[in-house]
Amino acid sequence: MAPLVPKSGDAVFASVERVNAELFTLTYGAIVRQLLTDLEEVEEVNKQLDQMGYNIGVRLIDEFLAKSNVSRCVDFRETADVIAKVGFKMFLGVAATVTNWDAEGTTCSLVLEDNPLVDFVELPDTCQGLRYCNILSGVVRGALEMVSMKTEITWIRDMLNGDDAYELRVKLLKQVPEEYPYKDDE
Amino acid sequence: MQFFGGSATTEASLLPAAPPGTGAGGPGNNAHMLYIFNRAGVCLLYREWNRPLRTLNQQQDHKLMFGLLFSLRSFTAKIDPTVVEKGNLGVPLLPGQGCSFYSFKTNTYQLNFMETPSGIKLILITHPKTGDQREPLKYIYNLYVEYVVKNPLYVPGTPIQLILPVYHITSYSSSNF
Repeated sequence: MAPLVPKSGDAVFASVERVNAELFTLTYGAIVRQLLTDLEEVEEVNKQLDQMGYNIGVRLIDEFLAKSNVSRCVDFRETADVIAKVGFKMFLGVAATVTNWDAEGTTCSLVLEDNPLVDFVELPDTCQGLRYCNILSGVVRGALEMVSMKTEITWIRDMLNGDDAYELRVKLLKQVPEEYPYKDDE
Repeated sequence: MQFFGGSATTEASLLPAAPPGTGAGGPGNNAHMLYIFNRAGVCLLYREWNRPLRTLNQQQDHKLMFGLLFSLRSFTAKIDPTVVEKGNLGVPLLPGQGCSFYSFKTNTYQLNFMETPSGIKLILITHPKTGDQREPLKYIYNLYVEYVVKNPLYVPGTPIQLILPVYHITSYSSSNF
Protein backbone atom coordinates (compact mmCIF):
# COMPACT_ATOMS: atom_id res chain seq x y z
CA MET A 1 0.00 0.00 0.00
CA ALA A 2 2.83 2.37 -0.82
CA PRO A 3 1.49 5.84 -1.57
CA LEU A 4 1.50 6.60 -5.25
CA VAL A 5 4.41 8.60 -6.51
CA PRO A 6 3.09 11.82 -7.99
CA LYS A 7 3.52 11.98 -11.73
CA SER A 8 4.23 15.68 -11.76
CA GLY A 9 5.00 18.38 -9.28
CA ASP A 10 2.13 20.63 -10.35
CA ALA A 11 -0.03 19.91 -7.32
CA VAL A 12 2.83 20.39 -4.89
CA PHE A 13 4.03 23.47 -6.70
CA ALA A 14 0.57 24.99 -6.35
CA SER A 15 0.45 24.32 -2.63
CA VAL A 16 3.90 25.44 -1.46
CA GLU A 17 4.92 28.99 -0.68
CA ARG A 18 6.42 30.81 -3.63
CA VAL A 19 8.39 33.98 -4.21
CA ASN A 20 8.24 36.33 -7.13
CA ALA A 21 10.26 34.87 -10.01
CA GLU A 22 12.04 38.11 -10.81
CA LEU A 23 13.04 38.62 -7.21
CA PHE A 24 14.42 35.08 -7.20
CA THR A 25 16.32 35.56 -10.45
CA LEU A 26 17.77 38.90 -9.47
CA THR A 27 18.78 37.70 -6.02
CA TYR A 28 20.61 34.77 -7.53
CA GLY A 29 22.24 37.12 -10.01
CA ALA A 30 23.38 39.35 -7.19
CA ILE A 31 24.91 36.37 -5.37
CA VAL A 32 26.86 35.28 -8.44
CA ARG A 33 27.97 38.85 -9.05
CA GLN A 34 29.19 39.17 -5.48
CA LEU A 35 31.05 35.87 -5.69
CA LEU A 36 32.79 37.05 -8.85
CA THR A 37 33.89 40.19 -7.08
CA ASP A 38 35.02 38.36 -3.96
CA LEU A 39 36.75 35.36 -5.48
CA GLU A 40 37.95 36.90 -8.75
CA GLU A 41 38.67 33.54 -10.37
CA VAL A 42 35.83 32.07 -12.46
CA GLU A 43 36.88 28.54 -11.48
CA GLU A 44 36.65 29.43 -7.79
CA VAL A 45 33.17 30.82 -8.32
CA ASN A 46 32.07 27.60 -10.00
CA LYS A 47 33.39 25.64 -7.05
CA GLN A 48 31.73 27.92 -4.54
CA LEU A 49 28.38 27.77 -6.33
CA ASP A 50 28.56 23.99 -6.34
CA GLN A 51 29.32 23.95 -2.63
CA MET A 52 26.45 26.32 -1.89
CA GLY A 53 24.14 24.14 -3.92
CA TYR A 54 25.31 21.08 -2.03
CA ASN A 55 24.55 22.71 1.30
CA ILE A 56 21.10 23.61 0.03
CA GLY A 57 20.46 20.12 -1.32
CA VAL A 58 21.34 18.48 1.98
CA ARG A 59 18.48 20.37 3.60
CA LEU A 60 16.15 20.58 0.63
CA ILE A 61 15.73 16.82 0.45
CA ASP A 62 13.81 16.78 3.72
CA GLU A 63 11.43 19.46 2.57
CA PHE A 64 10.98 17.61 -0.68
CA LEU A 65 10.18 14.35 1.07
CA ALA A 66 7.86 15.98 3.57
CA LYS A 67 5.81 17.87 1.02
CA SER A 68 5.79 15.71 -2.07
CA ASN A 69 4.66 12.44 -0.50
CA VAL A 70 7.28 10.59 -2.47
CA SER A 71 8.29 7.62 -0.37
CA ARG A 72 10.78 5.24 -1.91
CA CYS A 73 12.03 4.92 -5.42
CA VAL A 74 12.54 1.42 -6.77
CA ASP A 75 15.59 2.23 -8.85
CA PHE A 76 17.71 5.06 -10.14
CA ARG A 77 15.49 5.46 -13.21
CA GLU A 78 12.55 6.28 -11.03
CA THR A 79 14.71 8.57 -8.91
CA ALA A 80 15.79 10.56 -11.95
CA ASP A 81 12.21 10.78 -13.11
CA VAL A 82 11.01 12.06 -9.77
CA ILE A 83 13.77 14.67 -9.61
CA ALA A 84 12.97 15.92 -13.09
CA LYS A 85 9.19 15.88 -12.88
CA VAL A 86 8.52 16.64 -9.23
CA GLY A 87 11.68 18.09 -7.73
CA PHE A 88 12.52 20.65 -10.38
CA LYS A 89 8.88 21.64 -10.74
CA MET A 90 8.43 22.05 -7.02
CA PHE A 91 11.46 24.22 -6.34
CA LEU A 92 12.29 25.86 -9.65
CA GLY A 93 8.85 26.03 -11.21
CA VAL A 94 9.88 24.23 -14.38
CA ALA A 95 10.02 20.51 -15.07
CA ALA A 96 12.99 18.81 -16.70
CA THR A 97 13.04 15.84 -19.04
CA VAL A 98 15.13 12.72 -18.57
CA THR A 99 16.93 11.38 -21.62
CA ASN A 100 20.07 9.64 -22.86
CA TRP A 101 20.14 6.68 -20.50
CA ASP A 102 23.21 4.52 -20.80
CA ALA A 103 22.92 0.73 -21.02
CA GLU A 104 23.44 0.06 -17.29
CA GLY A 105 20.86 2.62 -16.22
CA THR A 106 23.33 4.54 -14.07
CA THR A 107 23.87 7.64 -16.17
CA CYS A 108 21.26 9.94 -17.60
CA SER A 109 20.72 13.50 -18.66
CA LEU A 110 18.33 16.01 -17.17
CA VAL A 111 17.37 18.55 -19.81
CA LEU A 112 15.96 21.92 -18.88
CA GLU A 113 14.38 23.77 -21.77
CA ASP A 114 13.51 26.73 -19.64
CA ASN A 115 15.47 28.02 -16.69
CA PRO A 116 14.27 30.93 -14.55
CA LEU A 117 17.75 31.45 -13.09
CA VAL A 118 19.11 32.88 -16.35
CA ASP A 119 16.44 35.41 -17.28
CA PHE A 120 18.18 38.72 -18.00
CA VAL A 121 21.60 37.05 -17.99
CA GLU A 122 24.32 37.41 -20.56
CA LEU A 123 27.87 36.28 -19.93
CA PRO A 124 30.52 38.91 -20.65
CA ASP A 125 33.73 37.84 -22.43
CA THR A 126 35.66 37.87 -19.17
CA CYS A 127 33.44 35.19 -17.63
CA GLN A 128 33.21 32.65 -20.41
CA GLY A 129 34.18 29.74 -18.19
CA LEU A 130 31.52 30.54 -15.62
CA ARG A 131 28.96 27.85 -14.96
CA TYR A 132 26.25 30.26 -14.04
CA CYS A 133 23.80 27.57 -12.90
CA ASN A 134 26.36 25.44 -11.09
CA ILE A 135 24.26 25.75 -7.96
CA LEU A 136 21.70 23.39 -9.50
CA SER A 137 24.14 20.56 -9.93
CA GLY A 138 25.21 21.05 -6.33
CA VAL A 139 21.62 20.87 -5.12
CA VAL A 140 20.96 17.64 -6.97
CA ARG A 141 24.21 16.11 -5.73
CA GLY A 142 23.56 17.11 -2.11
CA ALA A 143 19.98 15.90 -2.14
CA LEU A 144 20.87 12.55 -3.66
CA GLU A 145 23.69 12.08 -1.21
CA MET A 146 21.20 12.32 1.66
CA VAL A 147 19.25 9.42 0.19
CA SER A 148 22.49 7.42 -0.01
CA MET A 149 23.31 7.90 -3.66
CA LYS A 150 26.74 9.19 -4.52
CA THR A 151 26.56 10.95 -7.82
CA GLU A 152 28.77 12.91 -10.14
CA ILE A 153 27.15 15.72 -12.06
CA THR A 154 28.50 17.58 -15.04
CA TRP A 155 27.07 20.22 -17.32
CA ILE A 156 26.89 19.17 -20.96
CA ARG A 157 24.94 22.01 -22.50
CA ASP A 158 24.51 25.55 -21.31
CA MET A 159 22.28 28.10 -23.03
CA LEU A 160 24.55 30.92 -21.88
CA ASN A 161 27.31 29.39 -23.96
CA GLY A 162 25.10 29.24 -27.00
CA ASP A 163 23.53 25.77 -26.67
CA ASP A 164 19.83 25.18 -27.19
CA ALA A 165 19.04 23.85 -23.70
CA TYR A 166 20.53 23.06 -20.31
CA GLU A 167 21.72 19.53 -19.92
CA LEU A 168 22.95 18.02 -16.68
CA ARG A 169 24.67 14.66 -16.88
CA VAL A 170 23.97 12.69 -13.71
CA LYS A 171 26.10 9.65 -13.04
CA LEU A 172 25.32 7.30 -10.19
CA LEU A 173 28.64 6.29 -8.65
CA LYS A 174 27.36 4.04 -5.88
CA GLN A 175 24.56 3.47 -3.46
CA VAL A 176 25.70 3.42 0.12
CA PRO A 177 24.12 0.65 2.19
CA GLU A 178 22.60 1.36 5.57
CA GLU A 179 25.28 0.60 8.15
CA TYR A 180 25.04 0.23 11.89
CA PRO A 181 26.62 3.49 13.00
CA TYR A 182 28.05 2.51 16.37
CA LYS A 183 31.22 0.56 16.91
CA ASP A 184 31.01 -2.53 19.12
CA ASP A 185 33.55 -1.41 21.68
CA GLU A 186 31.90 1.92 22.39
CA MET B 1 2.75 -6.25 14.79
CA GLN B 2 2.01 -7.48 18.27
CA PHE B 3 4.36 -9.28 20.57
CA PHE B 4 1.69 -10.28 23.03
CA GLY B 5 -1.01 -11.69 20.83
CA GLY B 6 -4.46 -12.84 21.83
CA SER B 7 -8.02 -11.80 21.25
CA ALA B 8 -9.19 -8.28 21.82
CA THR B 9 -10.86 -9.09 25.14
CA THR B 10 -7.85 -10.73 26.77
CA GLU B 11 -5.65 -8.01 25.43
CA ALA B 12 -7.83 -5.41 27.04
CA SER B 13 -7.53 -7.07 30.41
CA LEU B 14 -3.75 -7.27 30.09
CA LEU B 15 -3.48 -3.56 29.56
CA PRO B 16 -2.68 -1.44 32.54
CA ALA B 17 -5.13 1.24 33.39
CA ALA B 18 -4.50 4.49 31.61
CA PRO B 19 -2.83 7.07 33.81
CA PRO B 20 -5.44 8.66 36.08
CA GLY B 21 -7.12 11.71 34.71
CA THR B 22 -5.92 11.19 31.18
CA GLY B 23 -8.04 8.37 29.79
CA ALA B 24 -6.66 6.34 26.91
CA GLY B 25 -7.82 7.46 23.51
CA GLY B 26 -8.88 10.88 24.62
CA PRO B 27 -6.65 13.91 24.39
CA GLY B 28 -4.15 14.06 27.18
CA ASN B 29 -0.91 12.64 28.25
CA ASN B 30 -0.73 9.42 26.32
CA ALA B 31 2.72 10.05 24.98
CA HIS B 32 5.65 8.67 26.90
CA MET B 33 8.72 9.51 24.87
CA LEU B 34 9.74 10.97 21.53
CA TYR B 35 13.04 10.36 19.78
CA ILE B 36 14.36 11.75 16.53
CA PHE B 37 17.46 10.11 15.07
CA ASN B 38 19.40 10.74 11.90
CA ARG B 39 21.08 8.11 9.79
CA ALA B 40 24.35 8.33 11.66
CA GLY B 41 22.59 7.35 14.88
CA VAL B 42 22.81 10.80 16.41
CA CYS B 43 19.81 11.51 18.61
CA LEU B 44 18.66 14.88 17.32
CA LEU B 45 15.86 15.30 19.81
CA TYR B 46 14.66 13.45 22.87
CA ARG B 47 11.69 14.38 25.01
CA GLU B 48 9.87 12.48 27.69
CA TRP B 49 6.57 13.14 29.37
CA ASN B 50 5.83 10.09 31.37
CA ARG B 51 8.66 7.75 32.12
CA PRO B 52 8.79 6.58 35.70
CA LEU B 53 11.37 3.83 35.20
CA ARG B 54 14.82 4.60 33.93
CA THR B 55 17.52 1.97 33.98
CA LEU B 56 20.19 3.28 31.65
CA ASN B 57 21.96 6.54 31.24
CA GLN B 58 20.69 8.65 28.42
CA GLN B 59 23.41 7.87 25.94
CA GLN B 60 23.06 4.13 26.40
CA ASP B 61 19.31 4.46 26.18
CA HIS B 62 19.52 6.24 22.83
CA LYS B 63 21.96 3.69 21.50
CA LEU B 64 19.75 0.85 22.60
CA MET B 65 16.69 2.37 20.97
CA PHE B 66 18.51 2.99 17.72
CA GLY B 67 19.93 -0.53 17.76
CA LEU B 68 16.48 -2.01 18.34
CA LEU B 69 15.03 -0.18 15.37
CA PHE B 70 17.96 -1.05 13.18
CA SER B 71 17.78 -4.77 13.97
CA LEU B 72 14.01 -4.92 13.89
CA ARG B 73 13.93 -3.32 10.49
CA SER B 74 16.46 -5.73 9.06
CA PHE B 75 14.53 -8.59 10.71
CA THR B 76 11.14 -7.51 9.38
CA ALA B 77 12.64 -7.22 5.90
CA LYS B 78 14.13 -10.70 6.24
CA ILE B 79 10.89 -12.46 7.20
CA ASP B 80 8.84 -10.69 4.51
CA PRO B 81 7.04 -13.56 2.76
CA THR B 82 6.06 -11.54 -0.31
CA VAL B 83 9.54 -10.81 -1.64
CA VAL B 84 11.77 -13.38 -3.32
CA GLU B 85 15.01 -11.51 -3.24
CA LYS B 86 16.35 -10.54 0.14
CA GLY B 87 19.79 -10.28 1.61
CA ASN B 88 21.10 -12.33 4.47
CA LEU B 89 20.14 -11.32 7.96
CA GLY B 90 22.53 -8.69 9.21
CA VAL B 91 23.78 -7.74 5.77
CA PRO B 92 23.25 -4.00 5.38
CA LEU B 93 20.21 -3.06 3.34
CA LEU B 94 20.25 -0.33 0.77
CA PRO B 95 17.93 2.49 1.69
CA GLY B 96 14.57 1.75 0.15
CA GLN B 97 15.27 -1.96 -0.01
CA GLY B 98 13.02 -4.29 1.93
CA CYS B 99 9.88 -3.51 3.86
CA SER B 100 9.68 -1.72 7.16
CA PHE B 101 7.42 -1.68 10.19
CA TYR B 102 5.53 1.31 11.48
CA SER B 103 4.55 0.27 14.93
CA PHE B 104 4.67 -2.50 17.50
CA LYS B 105 2.71 -2.95 20.64
CA THR B 106 3.38 -4.63 23.95
CA ASN B 107 0.93 -4.94 26.78
CA THR B 108 2.24 -1.74 28.33
CA TYR B 109 3.23 0.56 25.50
CA GLN B 110 3.14 1.12 21.77
CA LEU B 111 6.14 2.16 19.72
CA ASN B 112 5.37 4.16 16.60
CA PHE B 113 8.10 4.46 14.03
CA MET B 114 8.61 6.41 10.86
CA GLU B 115 11.71 6.50 8.70
CA THR B 116 12.23 8.85 5.78
CA PRO B 117 14.42 8.00 2.78
CA SER B 118 16.80 10.69 3.99
CA GLY B 119 17.46 8.59 7.08
CA ILE B 120 15.51 10.58 9.66
CA LYS B 121 13.88 8.24 12.17
CA LEU B 122 10.98 9.40 14.29
CA ILE B 123 9.96 7.31 17.26
CA LEU B 124 6.99 8.02 19.43
CA ILE B 125 6.15 5.82 22.38
CA THR B 126 2.55 6.00 23.50
CA HIS B 127 -0.07 4.19 25.51
CA PRO B 128 -1.01 0.93 23.75
CA LYS B 129 -4.56 2.05 23.20
CA THR B 130 -3.64 5.01 21.03
CA GLY B 131 -4.40 4.16 17.42
CA ASP B 132 -2.42 4.53 14.23
CA GLN B 133 0.12 7.31 14.67
CA ARG B 134 1.52 7.50 11.14
CA GLU B 135 -0.22 10.76 10.31
CA PRO B 136 0.90 12.52 13.49
CA LEU B 137 4.46 11.34 12.88
CA LYS B 138 4.29 12.80 9.40
CA TYR B 139 3.09 16.02 10.94
CA ILE B 140 6.04 16.04 13.33
CA TYR B 141 8.35 15.46 10.36
CA ASN B 142 6.82 18.53 8.73
CA LEU B 143 7.49 20.54 11.87
CA TYR B 144 11.07 19.29 11.79
CA VAL B 145 11.39 20.51 8.21
CA GLU B 146 9.84 23.90 8.88
CA TYR B 147 11.60 24.75 12.10
CA VAL B 148 14.84 22.79 12.02
CA VAL B 149 15.92 22.11 8.45
CA LYS B 150 14.97 25.56 7.22
CA ASN B 151 16.70 27.28 10.10
CA PRO B 152 20.04 28.62 8.89
CA LEU B 153 21.50 28.46 12.39
CA TYR B 154 20.97 24.72 12.59
CA VAL B 155 24.00 22.66 11.59
CA PRO B 156 22.76 19.45 9.93
CA GLY B 157 23.58 16.32 11.88
CA THR B 158 23.81 17.89 15.33
CA PRO B 159 21.34 17.61 18.21
CA ILE B 160 18.58 20.20 18.01
CA GLN B 161 19.22 22.91 20.54
CA LEU B 162 17.07 25.63 19.07
CA ILE B 163 14.17 26.65 21.22
CA LEU B 164 11.48 27.14 18.59
CA PRO B 165 11.45 23.69 17.00
CA VAL B 166 11.68 21.96 20.35
CA TYR B 167 8.79 24.05 21.57
CA HIS B 168 6.61 23.34 18.54
CA ILE B 169 7.37 19.66 18.34
CA THR B 170 6.90 18.97 22.01
CA SER B 171 3.81 21.10 22.39
CA TYR B 172 2.21 19.39 19.41
CA SER B 173 3.11 16.01 20.82
CA SER B 174 1.92 16.69 24.34
CA SER B 175 -1.38 18.19 23.29
CA ASN B 176 -2.27 15.53 20.75
CA PHE B 177 -1.57 12.21 22.40
